[in-house]
Amino acid sequence: MSADALKELKSALPDGIYRAVVDLMPEKVSDSKAKEIARKMLEEYERMKVEAGESVGLVAAESIGEPGTQMTLDTFHFAGVSEMNVTMGLPRIIEILDGRKTLATPMMEIRLKKPYSDGQDIKKVALAIRETKLKDIASQFSINVAESKVEAKLDVDKMRELGITDAVLEKALKVAAKGLIVDIKGEELVLRLKSKDSGVSDVFKLKERLKEAFVKGVKGVSQILVVKKNNEYVVLTFGSNLKKVFQFQFVDETRTTTNDIFEVEDVLGIEAARQVVIDEVYKVIETQGLNVDIRHLMLVADVMCADGKVKGITRYGVVRDKASILARASFETPIKHIINASLYGEADNLTSVVENVMLNQPVPVGTGITKLATKPVGKSE
Amino acid sequence: MSDVYLSGKFVGTVEDGEAFASSIKEERRRGVVSENVNVYYRHDTGEVYVEAAKGRLRRPLIVVREGRPLLTPEHIDKLRSNELRWSDLVRQGVIECLDAAEEENALVAFFEEELSPDNTHLEITPLSMFGLVTSLVPYANFNSAQKVNTGSKNQKQALGFYASNYLIRMDMDVNILHNSQMPVVKSMMHDISEYDKHPAGQNLVVAVMSYKGYNMEDAIIINRGSIERGMGRGSYYRPMIAEELRYSGGLVDEVCIPAKDVKGYKSERDYRFLEDDGIIYPEAQVSESDVVIGKTSPPRFLSSMEQYSLSAETRRESSVGMKHGEEGIVDFVLITENNEGNKLVQVKIRDQRIPEVGDKFSSRHGQKGVVGLIVPEADMPFTACGMVPDIIFSPHSIPTRMTMAHLIELIAGKTGALAGRFVDGTVFDSEPEEKLRKELLALGFRDNGLETMYDGETGEQFEVGIFIGDMYYLRLKHMVANKIHSRARGPIQLLTRQPTEGRAKEGGLRLGEMEKDTFVAHGAAMLLKERFDSDRTIVPVCESCGMVAIYDEYKRRSYCQVCGESPISFIELSYAFKLILDEFKSLVLYPQLKLKTKY
Repeated sequence: MSADALKELKSALPDGIYRAVVDLMPEKVSDSKAKEIARKMLEEYERMKVEAGESVGLVAAESIGEPGTQMTLDTFHFAGVSEMNVTMGLPRIIEILDGRKTLATPMMEIRLKKPYSDGQDIKKVALAIRETKLKDIASQFSINVAESKVEAKLDVDKMRELGITDAVLEKALKVAAKGLIVDIKGEELVLRLKSKDSGVSDVFKLKERLKEAFVKGVKGVSQILVVKKNNEYVVLTFGSNLKKVFQFQFVDETRTTTNDIFEVEDVLGIEAARQVVIDEVYKVIETQGLNVDIRHLMLVADVMCADGKVKGITRYGVVRDKASILARASFETPIKHIINASLYGEADNLTSVVENVMLNQPVPVGTGITKLATKPVGKSE
Repeated sequence: MSDVYLSGKFVGTVEDGEAFASSIKEERRRGVVSENVNVYYRHDTGEVYVEAAKGRLRRPLIVVREGRPLLTPEHIDKLRSNELRWSDLVRQGVIECLDAAEEENALVAFFEEELSPDNTHLEITPLSMFGLVTSLVPYANFNSAQKVNTGSKNQKQALGFYASNYLIRMDMDVNILHNSQMPVVKSMMHDISEYDKHPAGQNLVVAVMSYKGYNMEDAIIINRGSIERGMGRGSYYRPMIAEELRYSGGLVDEVCIPAKDVKGYKSERDYRFLEDDGIIYPEAQVSESDVVIGKTSPPRFLSSMEQYSLSAETRRESSVGMKHGEEGIVDFVLITENNEGNKLVQVKIRDQRIPEVGDKFSSRHGQKGVVGLIVPEADMPFTACGMVPDIIFSPHSIPTRMTMAHLIELIAGKTGALAGRFVDGTVFDSEPEEKLRKELLALGFRDNGLETMYDGETGEQFEVGIFIGDMYYLRLKHMVANKIHSRARGPIQLLTRQPTEGRAKEGGLRLGEMEKDTFVAHGAAMLLKERFDSDRTIVPVCESCGMVAIYDEYKRRSYCQVCGESPISFIELSYAFKLILDEFKSLVLYPQLKLKTKY
C-alpha cells in the first residue's frame, strides 16, 4: 500500500479516526483495495454526521431529562467504613449542571506513584494528606484570665505519629494567628498575644480560632480512606485540594482526580474541567442504571465550558449569555431581562427557537431552516 | 412509686402502678368505674394514665380470663333469643372497649383457637379490622392487601340504588343502576348493612379468556345480548337550577319566556319546550342548547339615561339551558322558594346510560377495566350447555396483581348460582374453596371451574378449558358520555384569542411545552407553526416607528397613530405577542418591530 492511497482520507477525517483506520488496515493490501476501504470509510463517516438543522441541543436535553425523571432523589447511605457517603443521583446532577461552586461532598481519588501504590509507607502517605488541626493533637483548652493566655495539653504520642515537631507546630500556629507568642514545654502548650491590652473576649476568640488552626497535611481534606483498586493502593479523600496534593512527590498527578469541577478548571484548565463534567454526570447516570448516550453529555459539557470558564445552566450562567432577549425572558426572571434590554435598547433578531414560537413564526430548525432565495426581476411599483 | 395522670393531668402517686391499673380495670368490669374509662400502665417509666376524656377512638373486644373468653355459647344463645343485648354484655364485663393507650397493655388474640394463658382479650371477629365497605369484599384474606383497598374504593364508585326516594330528591350528579342485585357471594357485612336494600352491582357470567386482543390492558368484552337485556343499564340525573335574584334598585330576575328584544336572545327554536310560565314540561326530550328554564335579568350596568327612561328597558337573557353535548329527558320540575324568599326553579334531567365502549366496570377486587368491545350475542363463545358469558375478562390481569379472591369468587359464584343459594365469603371466615369445589362437582360441573367452550363465530371447540363462572360486577360512575370531548373549531378566550380550556367550555386540547419540544426535535418546523396558529392575527405595523398601526376598515386605509401617514406593512404574528407588546407599552417601554423582507 502506498502512502497516498489514504491521502484523501487523512484530510477528511479527524485525526483520531484516521489513525484508527491506519492501525486496523491489513498489512498487505493493494492500493485499489485501500482506496476502496477509504471510500467506504468516508461514506460511513459522512452518514454518521448529524445533518444541518437537527436540533441537537433539544434532543440532548430530552435524552438526559427523560431518564432523569426516573432517577431516585435518595442519596445512598453506607454503614461502615468501606465507602464514604457521596452525593449521588439527581441532587448530584443538579449540582454539576448548575455549576455550584461549593459541593455537598467534594472528593479526591489520589493515585500514587510506583513504590507507594504497592503499599509502601501507605500509612505515612495517608497521614501526610489528611488535614490536622490543633484540636486533633491538643486537648483541655483553658483560658487563664489573669495572665490573658490560653493553655492546652498536647498529645505527644499523636504528634510523633503524625511527624509534627514542636518547631512545625509553633510555625503553623504563628501563621494562624498574628502576634502570637507560642510556648511549648513537653506536653504544655501556652499561647498568648503580644499586645498587652488584650481583653478576655480577645483571648476567648483566640482560643476558638486556634482550635481550628491548621497544623499539617492538606487543607480541606477532613477524611481519608485507603482502598485497594485493581491491585493498587488508592487514597480516597473527603474534601478536595488538588493544588496541594500535586506537590507531594508520591502523588501521580496524571491519574489523580477530583469531583470538584472548578478546582480542575483552576489547576488543570478548561479542557480537563469539561472532561470532569462529562465523567461526573455519566457516573451518576450509570449508577442509576440508566442509559444515556455520552455525546449528549459532551454537548452539555461543551456548552458549559465554551467560554473558557465553567458556567452552570442557570440564569446566571449559560442562559445569561443567550443572544435573544425573549429567550432569556422566557427562562427565568423575565422582568429583569426586559427592563435591562429596554435600558440598552437591545434588539432581538429572532434567530433561535423560543422567540419564533412566541411570535408564531417558523422555527429555524429542521424544515424551518431552509429559506427561499428570490431574485427580483426589475422593480415592481 | 408510680405517678398517676388523669386525662393528661398529674393527680398523685400510688404505691404499685401496675396493681392500681389492673384494679381500675376490674372495677370497670364490675361496673363500679364507668365503662368509658381506660387505663394504661407504662412499664418503662412506671406511670399510670387514666383516660376519661371524650373523643378517644375505642374498639370493643371480648375479655379473656385464664385463656378462656368470657363470652360463652350461652351468651350467644341468649343474644339470639333477644334475652340479652350488647349493653348487657358490656355491663357484665364480657365485652369492653379499649382505647389506643390501653391496647398497649393488652394481648389480643385474633382467633379463639389461638388463645393462650397470656391473652387478655379476644377479637370479636376478624372482620372488625376492616371498614364497612372493605368488609364487603368477599374472600378478601386471599387478596394482596393493596387490592383489597382498591376493591373497596371501587365499590364506592359503583352505580347502585343509593336511596329509595331518589325520584323526588334533587341530588347533584347521581346515577341509578336499573336492575341492581344482591351478590351471590356475600359477606357478613352484606347482612349487617342490609345490602339487599341498596345493592350496587349485578351477578354476571364471566369467562376468563382473551378475545381477539380487544380485552388487552385490562379491557373487558361485553355481550351485546346482555346489554339489551338490561345489564349495567343506568340512569343519570342532573338538576338545573334557576333563581329569581333581587338586585339593588328593586330590580329582579324573571322566569319567563324571554321576549324577542332581550339582549342575547337565542332563537325561537331553543325556547320551544317552555310553557307559559317559562319552565319546561316534564318528559320533554331535550338536547344541546335547548333552554330548560327561561329567565331574563335586568341590565348589568345602568347608564344615567336608561335609569330615567321607562320604555327602553333592555333586559338580559340569562336562561338555563343544556350544555354542549348534553341530552336527556326532563324528569321532574320543582318550583319553590329559597330561604331568602326568592323564587327557585329546579328541573331534574334524566338520561339513560346504556353501557358502551369505554365505560368502566370492576369486580370487587380492584380488577377494574374499560369496555373494549361489545360483541353480538351470536359471536360470543358458548359452553357445551349453551351458556354465553356476559363478560370476557382477560387472564393477564391476574398474575401481577395476585387477586386470588377474584378467582375464588368466580367458583363460589358459580356454585351459588347453580345451587340456588348464597355463598358466605366473609373475610377469614368464609366457606372453604374445597367445599365449594365438591359441591360444584356434585352439581355436575368440573370442580376447577373449567368448561369446554366453543368459538361463537366458527363453532369450533377451543383447545383448552375456559374458566367460567358467576361474579358480582360493578358498573363504575366514570362513563364516556360524561367525558368524551373533541374540537376542531370553537369558542376562544376574549383576552388572548386562544381556544378556551376544558370540556365544559368546548375547549381546545393544548399542545404543551413538552409536546412542542418533540416537534422541534423532529425538525417539524412547519407543523409546529400550524399547531400554534390558533391565535394568529394580521396586524398593520408602521415601518417608521415600529409599532402596531391602525387599519380603518371603513375608509380602507391604514395609518400610524404616532407618525400619521407613513409606510405600513401587514405582518402575521400570534395575538399573544401583540398583547405582550401592549403590556410593554403600558410599562412605558418602547417595543419596536424592525421589519425586513422574509426572504
